[in-house]
Amino acid sequence: MSDKHLKIEAVVVGVSAGGLMALSGILTELPAAFPLPIIVVQHRSKDERTVLEDVLRSKCKIRVKQADEKEKIEGGMVYIAPAGYHLLIEANRSFSLSCDAPVNFSRPSIDVLFESAAEVYETKLIGVILTGANKDGAAGMQAIKRRGGITIAQNPASALFPAMPRAAIDTGCVYYILKLEEIKNFLLEIGKN
Amino acid sequence: MTDQEELKELLECIRFAYGYDFTEYAEASVKRRIDHFMSSNKIVSLGALGKALLREDAFFEQFILEITVNVTEMFRDPDFYKSLRENVIARLATYPFIKVWIAGSSTGEEIYSIAILLKEEGLLERSVIYATDINQKALQTAKEGVYSLGNMKNYTTNYLKAGGKNSFSDYYTAKYDSVLLDRSLKQNIVFAAHNLAADKSFNEFQLVLCRNVLIYFNQQLQNKVINLLYESLCPFGFLALGNKESLLFTDKRNMFEDVDKKERIFIKTG
Repeated sequence: MSDKHLKIEAVVVGVSAGGLMALSGILTELPAAFPLPIIVVQHRSKDERTVLEDVLRSKCKIRVKQADEKEKIEGGMVYIAPAGYHLLIEANRSFSLSCDAPVNFSRPSIDVLFESAAEVYETKLIGVILTGANKDGAAGMQAIKRRGGITIAQNPASALFPAMPRAAIDTGCVYYILKLEEIKNFLLEIGKN
Repeated sequence: MTDQEELKELLECIRFAYGYDFTEYAEASVKRRIDHFMSSNKIVSLGALGKALLREDAFFEQFILEITVNVTEMFRDPDFYKSLRENVIARLATYPFIKVWIAGSSTGEEIYSIAILLKEEGLLERSVIYATDINQKALQTAKEGVYSLGNMKNYTTNYLKAGGKNSFSDYYTAKYDSVLLDRSLKQNIVFAAHNLAADKSFNEFQLVLCRNVLIYFNQQLQNKVINLLYESLCPFGFLALGNKESLLFTDKRNMFEDVDKKERIFIKTG
């Protein structure tokens, strides 16, 4: 990792099928005082309002909430994209929501979050792609790499559904291919700096 | 110049040349739509886009149509429609003549959902629905009331979850890959162009729906639009927003009370 990454400002995570287990594996052991915001798109049914947040909240030390539009992004928080909306990041480090058409059949779409985060955070961003059965996030990971951010994919061999991390890896834009445990340790290490 | 400065300059330029003001839109979404427009028209930079827009009015029209179109569906958020039935309809029924404004009606799916709901509650005949949008092409689609057959399965599910009283297929005729909505739903709808960012209040309503429109605006413009909606409501009129939108950061927040907090239905009390 080069010096330009030393001041990481945010982590974006994209996850689809098999997500709850994967997210739990990473988020439950992060300390409440984890300094960075973790912004998550989990593909979910459009009518599911807060179950995912409720479940994760009950398991995590770090605070978990659904991202609200215009909300200021702060460290020590896990923000989850609401069902039925794309989640985007504004230059002033706040959230915007949109109901634009689904991307990769998904709303929220991982690509939408990652591409807008890449523009705002540039080199100070970590993008993580976890288990999933589609290709959402592959273009977003390329955008993060293009802007000089760090890209991590869950090791497909260890993923419940390998297609999504595999699609990201196949674009050639992934720096680290890690198991969940290793991703968690990576984040803990980044959090110490 | 950074990308952000370049985008700001382009939006200023559009405002100056054509009077369309996107400078108070939420930037990330507007930028995404502009990027999409650029790549589908093979334009490589914001500078080149600006020149092309100023050179050709027809191209500008196309641009406006593409970046102002919102996507929606019939009975989107079924719980919202259920709540309207349970918490709002009885109050509306006390008025001899009911005026509803759907602000940002887009391609019309929401208009017809409301028309069906009013019809099933026996109120459609004494209601007028004003449907407005900035996008002329979307308004035209709304007026035609022709939708893709492929969406009907999803809409039927939504309709049933929303507490629909009949069979959803009673409301349309299918032909090839399209459906034409029942003509009787259209009789009391007024379609008109209206730009929430620039135009004024034009009537007084008992119910105003403005769902998933404010999310595209920045806080200043949200506040301005909420003031406009407030002025357009009669005393004790109802306001419905999208389920991720709120009045919290607007100066009229104390002039409304919750009717259904979760479904974002408010009543004007101040």
